[in-house]
Amino acid sequence: MTKRFKRRQFIKILGAGTGGAVLGTTALKAFQPGEKTDNFHLLGKATDAATPTYCEICFWKCAGWVHKKDGKPWKITGNPDDPNSNGRFCPRGTGGIGAYTDPDRLKTPLIRVEKNGKQVFREATWEEAFDYIADKMKMIKKKWGPECVALFTHGSGGSYFKTLLKAYGSNNIAAPSYAQCRGPREEAYLLTYGEGVGSPERTDIRNSKCIVLIGSHIGENMHNGQVQEFSEAVANGATVITVDPRFSTAASKSKYWLPIKPATDLALLLAWINVIIEEELYDKEYVKKYTYGFDELKKAVKHNTPEWAYPITTIKPHIIRETAREMARHAPATIVHPGRHVTWYGDDTQRVRAGAILNALLGSWGRRGGFYAQAKAHVKKYPVPKFPKPKKNWKDAFPNQFPLANLALSSGICDATIPTAERDCSFKGWIVYGTNLMLTLPQPQQTLEAIQNLELLVAIDIMPAEITGYADVVLPECTYLERYDDLRISPGRFPTVALRAPAFEPKYNTKPAWWMAKELANRLGLEKYFPWKNIEEYLDYRLKSIGSSLKEMKEIGVKKLENEEDLYYLDGEEYEFNTPTGKIELYSTALAEYGFDPIPRYTAHEEPPDGYYRLLYGRAPMHSFSRTTNNPLLTDVKSENEVWINPKVAREWGIKQGDYVVLENQDGVRSNRIRAKVTQRIRHDAIYMVHGFGRSDKRLRRSYLRGADDTHLITRVKLDPVMGGTGMRVNFVTFRKEGEA
Amino acid sequence: MSRYAMAIDTKRCVGCTDCVVACQTENDVPVGYCRDWIVEATSGVYPELQLEIRSERCNHCSDAPCVRCCPTSASHYAEGGIVMVDHDDCIGCKACIASCPYDARYVHPEGYVDKCTFCIHRVKEGENPACVSVCPTHAMIFGDLDDKNSEISKVLQTRKHKTLIPEAGTKPNVFYLL
Repeated sequence: MTKRFKRRQFIKILGAGTGGAVLGTTALKAFQPGEKTDNFHLLGKATDAATPTYCEICFWKCAGWVHKKDGKPWKITGNPDDPNSNGRFCPRGTGGIGAYTDPDRLKTPLIRVEKNGKQVFREATWEEAFDYIADKMKMIKKKWGPECVALFTHGSGGSYFKTLLKAYGSNNIAAPSYAQCRGPREEAYLLTYGEGVGSPERTDIRNSKCIVLIGSHIGENMHNGQVQEFSEAVANGATVITVDPRFSTAASKSKYWLPIKPATDLALLLAWINVIIEEELYDKEYVKKYTYGFDELKKAVKHNTPEWAYPITTIKPHIIRETAREMARHAPATIVHPGRHVTWYGDDTQRVRAGAILNALLGSWGRRGGFYAQAKAHVKKYPVPKFPKPKKNWKDAFPNQFPLANLALSSGICDATIPTAERDCSFKGWIVYGTNLMLTLPQPQQTLEAIQNLELLVAIDIMPAEITGYADVVLPECTYLERYDDLRISPGRFPTVALRAPAFEPKYNTKPAWWMAKELANRLGLEKYFPWKNIEEYLDYRLKSIGSSLKEMKEIGVKKLENEEDLYYLDGEEYEFNTPTGKIELYSTALAEYGFDPIPRYTAHEEPPDGYYRLLYGRAPMHSFSRTTNNPLLTDVKSENEVWINPKVAREWGIKQGDYVVLENQDGVRSNRIRAKVTQRIRHDAIYMVHGFGRSDKRLRRSYLRGADDTHLITRVKLDPVMGGTGMRVNFVTFRKEGEA
Repeated sequence: MSRYAMAIDTKRCVGCTDCVVACQTENDVPVGYCRDWIVEATSGVYPELQLEIRSERCNHCSDAPCVRCCPTSASHYAEGGIVMVDHDDCIGCKACIASCPYDARYVHPEGYVDKCTFCIHRVKEGENPACVSVCPTHAMIFGDLDDKNSEISKVLQTRKHKTLIPEAGTKPNVFYLL
């Protein structure tokens, strides 16, 4: 059991296995398919009435209802009481049924074994899988300490594994959504305003008169409530200014499309700040009352004129002035959107901070049409004993680096898994919940190397994925439609709590995460951290603290609570910000203290060499990363991605619309074949593709080798020295014909 | 009398395909088929570009060639002018598919011709079609053109709009707000 594989081979999930063959432990009976009485107990309802849920297809977590027809799964609709969806799900949420019906799902626990010199998965019982994991975890704890196990997590069920890991003695818990996505944004706003932007974002787009999108492709990123508000604002005549090398959906709704040269956004932001200060268009009263460091800012951006920015950004000076004036004209109902996926070039905290500063000059933070103050429900936690104090954490591997990282870096843990002479904190075990690290972490070659150094790799997922192929143990989770989860407590204009209850019994031999974590805790002697008998008791306890109950929530799905705070600052209100100076820091004292630029400063980034194009990537509204690219309903509307190529570039390379091409990056790494979308909608110096395609696991029958995987081409990154984010838009690609040497 | 129609706001629509997925689940449309779909039409040359995004489907034409050419009268007008196909009467000859200028029909794996029904089963219950009720951007309006006070009548009076392939002379009842 404790034997370690010298070299982990990628194992394709066995297709033949169905849950039925490996059932059989008494403890699991309550969840076995086919046991009707337990099923009714699980569902709480024996009729075709709808079951409340909140969506797990993306992080927006819209609340809705799952409907059955003649006892069979039918459709999912939004809950009108839910502010995240306003009763209208996005295509992914509507297509959530496909996650349940997907025949390629993981079906039973799997354990890596060696058979005739070849590594394969064998189907296992839950008991065997848990024993294997518990033995390894005990061994790692004894030999290297519990801190050497890390958890990577994305999604609701991860919370139980967080509890498990903390109880075990490690706080190395990371989500790729930080260092690979919105980390720089949260830190930039924290540094400036003393608060992050949060998720869902506190953007008051619905009431905005002027919306500035800089690298934010709302409408293609289908962040439901936000897209709804954007559309409403457009219909109400809001001025939209979109900065994007690509004519995005949002750009097509905009009064101004600024097709900026990629990697120069910070120069444009500084030029806007320059115009707003030089032309005295800023909110003088707001700046005087609430901000710190205006004079330093004015001095710092003195030279960042539109004429200075023009050759850098290719945006004409009169357009920079005109758009800056437009912003000021509508202020404070102007919002410079903070973005979400912001890990681009390694100076991302600084770039996002420039946008935050611009918002402060316009006086839009805390104002109608700008940013509102979020309200969140206070729901009592189920009491658990105090967690042990870990003796070390991931940061020890990076002395004096990333001083302002407030959350653990997935990429950092990955790096620290590869032993070096200097490092004393090499990780030995990974528990990976709901995140396909091979596609979420950049530099997949590093991820693979790290994996080869592990004593234990556990993957908990719904679908076979690139990461599950490298796991020692695969634990198949049931979909969100088949399980309870913790309550959704989203911030918003008013506090809400939403319930997810199981609409269907778990298919195959799959289980909810809470049950897995609790069972593992029992085997590790950590049962006191999961003191509740079952999830219903846990949920009911929490719900009672807000004057509700599990019974009530099953009927209403979403509970709205009163907002005790104002959404916006009152006129002339005194307000102390949670920053070192108590003010909005245009000049960041914290950044200065750590030796970083206290005011953002533009530095040029490397440009693609001749014949190469910057690799840009983004989202499609019907897919969530690689999570949905095998969903039968969603692959039906988009089954593969395309590479967007400017017609002039296509002509140069002899590429025609619909041709399959192969991309090769600066390090000679090649992509799977991908169809060319020759379009005027992109600049000549960049190419674009939607992330999440080009899957390499054969058992994903609808997505296997459909399109290309951008992550595969992201073999280098630029680290954000402030917080460790991995800038990923620093890779360049050229074209190769299929089969060309 | 009523005359049911749909208006789709190209300014609001972001082309997310939610209408397509909602139709598929609501109406059990088999995987691989669809009754509605998204068209993205780009015009202009970089950087002067326009993009029109449209959710398209059967236009429930007032002068529908599919109804005229159907040899068994399976294609017919139901209440409110909704063009329907009676699955039992359909012999799968595909004359209607050939006659439809909008390519709105397909042969269901069970042998009959299928297409958008404006969710007549929901409309009868006083509800909107599934695509309209799910649309996150509120880009679709469904209603009765014979009711001058309906939202759709009003919006068509005030907003510039068009129909698709008007030269086919089929008098479509799906309108695109520009």
